[in-house]
Amino acid sequence: MKKDIILCGVGGQGILSIATIIGEAATKAGLYLKQAEVHGMSQRGGDVQSNLRLSTDPIWSDLIPEGKADVVISMEPMESLRYLPYLAKTGTIVTSSKPFINIPNYPDESTLQAELDNLPSVVKLDIDSVAKDAGNPRGANMVLLGMAAPYIEILTVEQLRKAISVIFARKGEAIVESNLKAFDMGVEATK
Amino acid sequence: MEKRLLLGDEAIALGAIHAGLSGVYAYPGTPSTEITEFIQSNAKEIRSRWCTNEKTAMEAALGMSFAGKRALVCMKHVGMNVCADAFVNSAITGVNGGIVVLAADDPSMHSSQNEQDSRFYAKFAMVPALEPSNQQEAYDMMASAFNLSEALREPVVLRIVTRLAHSRAAVTVGNQKPQNPLNVSNERWVLLPGIARKRYADLISKQPAMLEASETSIYNKTEHGDESKKLGIIACGIGYNYVKEAIGDKANILKISQYPLPVEAIKKLASENEAILVVEDGQPVVEEQVAGILGAGYPVKGRLTGDLPRQGELNPDSVAKALGLPYGPVFEPAKNLAGRPPQLCQGCGHRDVYTALNQVAAEYPDHRIFGDIGCYTLGALPPFQALASCVDMGASITMAKGAADAGLFPSIAVIGDSTFTHSGMTGLLDAVNDKSNITVIISDNLTTGMTGGQDSAGTSKYEAICLGLGVEPEHLHVVVPLPKNMPEITRILREEIEYNGVSVIIPRRECIQTAARHARERRIKNEEEKK
Repeated sequence: MKKDIILCGVGGQGILSIATIIGEAATKAGLYLKQAEVHGMSQRGGDVQSNLRLSTDPIWSDLIPEGKADVVISMEPMESLRYLPYLAKTGTIVTSSKPFINIPNYPDESTLQAELDNLPSVVKLDIDSVAKDAGNPRGANMVLLGMAAPYIEILTVEQLRKAISVIFARKGEAIVESNLKAFDMGVEATK
Repeated sequence: MEKRLLLGDEAIALGAIHAGLSGVYAYPGTPSTEITEFIQSNAKEIRSRWCTNEKTAMEAALGMSFAGKRALVCMKHVGMNVCADAFVNSAITGVNGGIVVLAADDPSMHSSQNEQDSRFYAKFAMVPALEPSNQQEAYDMMASAFNLSEALREPVVLRIVTRLAHSRAAVTVGNQKPQNPLNVSNERWVLLPGIARKRYADLISKQPAMLEASETSIYNKTEHGDESKKLGIIACGIGYNYVKEAIGDKANILKISQYPLPVEAIKKLASENEAILVVEDGQPVVEEQVAGILGAGYPVKGRLTGDLPRQGELNPDSVAKALGLPYGPVFEPAKNLAGRPPQLCQGCGHRDVYTALNQVAAEYPDHRIFGDIGCYTLGALPPFQALASCVDMGASITMAKGAADAGLFPSIAVIGDSTFTHSGMTGLLDAVNDKSNITVIISDNLTTGMTGGQDSAGTSKYEAICLGLGVEPEHLHVVVPLPKNMPEITRILREEIEYNGVSVIIPRRECIQTAARHARERRIKNEEEKK
């Protein structure tokens, strides 16, 4: 089994934390893993993405070929569309529905949402609101990971929960709990 | 043996630590920065403080080698230009303790101003180069590179590209080897012409041994999987992964990860196949040489022939296309899409600098502002669009000087604190000596910001440096770039633009990213002390 995932968003939205958690879970599960990240210049409020490849067999390329990504997980709706040519025809976009507008020429919101809705498989949610409801406004990325969990398939929800506990452990029990809560609300929201 | 999930950069760092490294000498530069950071965090016994620039780094490494110990020099590809004098001549002196020169190339210019290929530098200096195809090789090659360096008594280049530097995978790691003892060389590395000629002859005489090392290297290997024998593929570094991703075992491949090129292996592959495709990330270094080795009649395909794109990094799609494999089906690119370029952080002091500069510069329609390399290069983009140039580390001051010499007024330079000590100081001395009519802004955020907040070599020394170089005290100003100080900053800018000579204005306010990090660290420390 093999899962190719593109994580994307705007620099500073926390996509590398999502990658770290999936990476931890995959390592514990004994899967092969390659994770290409973007560091440096584009981190400053620009578009960022990470190619994450998980497999039960060895993986060659660090980059996902076009048309091969099983899931695009995005912190921002327009950013989810940026990687459309990489999404498999049978793949799913899991995205925040709330635009992050830091450019003057951001597309018209209703046409943008319509383009997303016209795709075969899209799951979207206002993750910022859910994170606030969970009492963890900085945990929107964990809500998103929860939403995406069923589509990652190669890892179970429980394996991802355990990885969250491990990664946030050094920040204390309270931080672990609030991130797990945000994650669980993401899982629930898409059931 | 232990398995660890490591970035390519981290695998290199750990490989070097385990190979008995004594010192890493580096200036931050994407995508190489994390190598030195990893050593700083994980091996306190290894000398690892950031250097002022790549040239001081290379020379310090050569000194450590002279004393018998293993040294690593790390930089991004353009850093090779800065250290080229020391690097090329280190091949003439040769080494005592092993030296590995790590050059991180950036095809597609994710964070760079060109895509020069450091394999040219290895060939130019006539030393071996290694080019890992994955994170495991990156780790393993550090020990191989140091051993090769000490066996040949020459520096060895380790060339990586962004996609390897910044990609994670599991790596099986071994144990740490002890450092070399102090063993100061009794040779004289004095490159006077008479001695240099002899040492250059020595370097030439080592070339067959370097070639032999490549022909027998475990990193260069041939695979046979295509009975049709129509195409032989030469796959270099991570190009190998894209070939394997596309075609699996059904190909005749010569994987090359050690240079100089293994000439016999290339001739053999050519004799067994009807044509050669060269798959290499970066410039067509190998393609050109292979065409030369095989002669005009033999078909060699690659970036020069258009089978692969002439510029930009390789990817699984461009390689699959070059192999003639089927493509698709894929979604069309989205319609509702806008570019989202990087930008200066909200609240960043550089923003206030550009606000002030643009306000004053607007009063001088003929003005030009020469920029430099760092976060503040983003002042070239909207909303500021302030800069006329950004070329290389330090070029703001010297270009402003040259333009002022030609008659441009006002001629203004903007340079960051770390870039100023890297390569701006010497240019400022030229300007002072020539009494050039320029205004220099050293935008000091107390760190090397663009690469993630490493120490800046001149912090707390800028006024002293400028005065020492001869800037007149009454034309040296320090301001705090905040909106409330705008009247003061714009007044000083106006006055100093009008002064016919060198003025330096230092807007100083900590990078908001490092300020937040420092506040967090203080909070954690306070909490721990309360416990």
